[in-house]
Amino acid sequence: MSGFVLVIRRDLHLAFRQGFESLMVVAFFVIAVLLFPLGVGPEPNILARILPGVIWVAALLASMLSLERLFQTDYEDGSLELLALQPVALEVMVMAKVTAHWMTTGLPLIVAAPLLAVLMNMPADGLWALMAALVIGTPSLSLIGAIGAALILGSRRGGILLSLLVLPLYIPVLIFGASAVDAVLGGFSAKPQLLILSGLLVAALPLCPWAGAAALRQSME
Amino acid sequence: MFHRFANPARFLRLAAAVQPWAAGATVVLLATGLVLGLVASPADYQQGETVRIMYVHVPSAWMAIFCYSALAGACAVALIWKHPLAGLAARATAPIGAAFTFLALVTGSLWGKPMWGTWWVWDARLTSVLVLFFLYLGYMALDNAFDDPGRGAKASSILALVGFVNVPIIKFSVDWWNTLHQPSSVVKMGGPAIHPSMLTPLLLMGLAFTTYYVWVLLIRIRREIIATKIRALQMRQAAGQGAAAPAAAPAPGEAR
Repeated sequence: MSGFVLVIRRDLHLAFRQGFESLMVVAFFVIAVLLFPLGVGPEPNILARILPGVIWVAALLASMLSLERLFQTDYEDGSLELLALQPVALEVMVMAKVTAHWMTTGLPLIVAAPLLAVLMNMPADGLWALMAALVIGTPSLSLIGAIGAALILGSRRGGILLSLLVLPLYIPVLIFGASAVDAVLGGFSAKPQLLILSGLLVAALPLCPWAGAAALRQSME
Repeated sequence: MFHRFANPARFLRLAAAVQPWAAGATVVLLATGLVLGLVASPADYQQGETVRIMYVHVPSAWMAIFCYSALAGACAVALIWKHPLAGLAARATAPIGAAFTFLALVTGSLWGKPMWGTWWVWDARLTSVLVLFFLYLGYMALDNAFDDPGRGAKASSILALVGFVNVPIIKFSVDWWNTLHQPSSVVKMGGPAIHPSMLTPLLLMGLAFTTYYVWVLLIRIRREIIATKIRALQMRQAAGQGAAAPAAAPAPGEAR
């Protein structure tokens, strides 16, 4: 367990040292969402209608952009091999890296989302559904993305390849995350969607670190 | 039994024997299936002549899922037992499966325009098959993204296994969600809900597509084996020249 905490602390330290770099993900998220009123037009009704999807798509892209560096820097400077040599299972290491990734990208997105929702005229009762969906859904994004981030290590054109690998797997989270908010705005309960999102998270929690660790092992052979 | 076929030379002999039969079966089955489906079978009382698109659409969709299952199975075998031919089979299956998936999407779209009044709807079945297409593309992209082909094969195998979660979603998408796409009418409790005059050409086309898959798969695996041999020979030649150049005299054969 201590190895788990140590890896999280190390990754958080690194993120804070780099300072603004970890905030760039949030900046990307905010700018991407703010492009939509400019592109679609400022009618409040249309904005409120498309907002859940826009926020989720922007969150997906922001989470994916930061994934490329999840294992890449460790892979390049060799610390990944040192992590693999520790007496802690590699799966636990992957879980720790994913947790740190979520704390540096998922959490800031969740904090920034209500502000964007207000800017885009979202009715107040949709807000809690959006927050709940983001809280349950973004950890799944980090977990699924970790597999992709581990698979592309050492490849040519890693970043663009990562989007091709990870985005199709993100689609279920996007569908149920956005429809949870839509359901509440349409006067229904968001409970089924939130339960499915929780189910996705519960399935991803053990399986993704396992697959990610397998991918890391083959990258270090 | 399993490892007997890991020997490429034995596989090549076997493939050379099977390939003409697969090719012949494909031609015969495809011809009969097309004649029965396009000429002899009746038009649907609701859909009219457009129902004949089904004889291409349904088998391609079957093959799209079948190829992905075969791909995932081959990848699992390649990862677990390091079976060399399984890796080649997986790599050879992916483009065929992608082509079948594309065919299923295009024919479904052509059928949807007159029947549903739209080329495309974002329902669960169509979306999950589109995701399958992207999984094929991702597999092929990852397979080719490394300078060392062995690395690409392993990484893409893991991806293929992860993507397998999509296959049950495609299969059951018409039962779980209320979609525009009709539920399965061939494989269901209480027997098929299709009249034999339509079921026979459909099954013939399905068989024809399967033998076509075997045929093309064998060609592609043989091509991969030959390409590996050529690469090995080129490497040896390059190594021979590299070693021979600095030294003054040795003959090319003795360089190593």
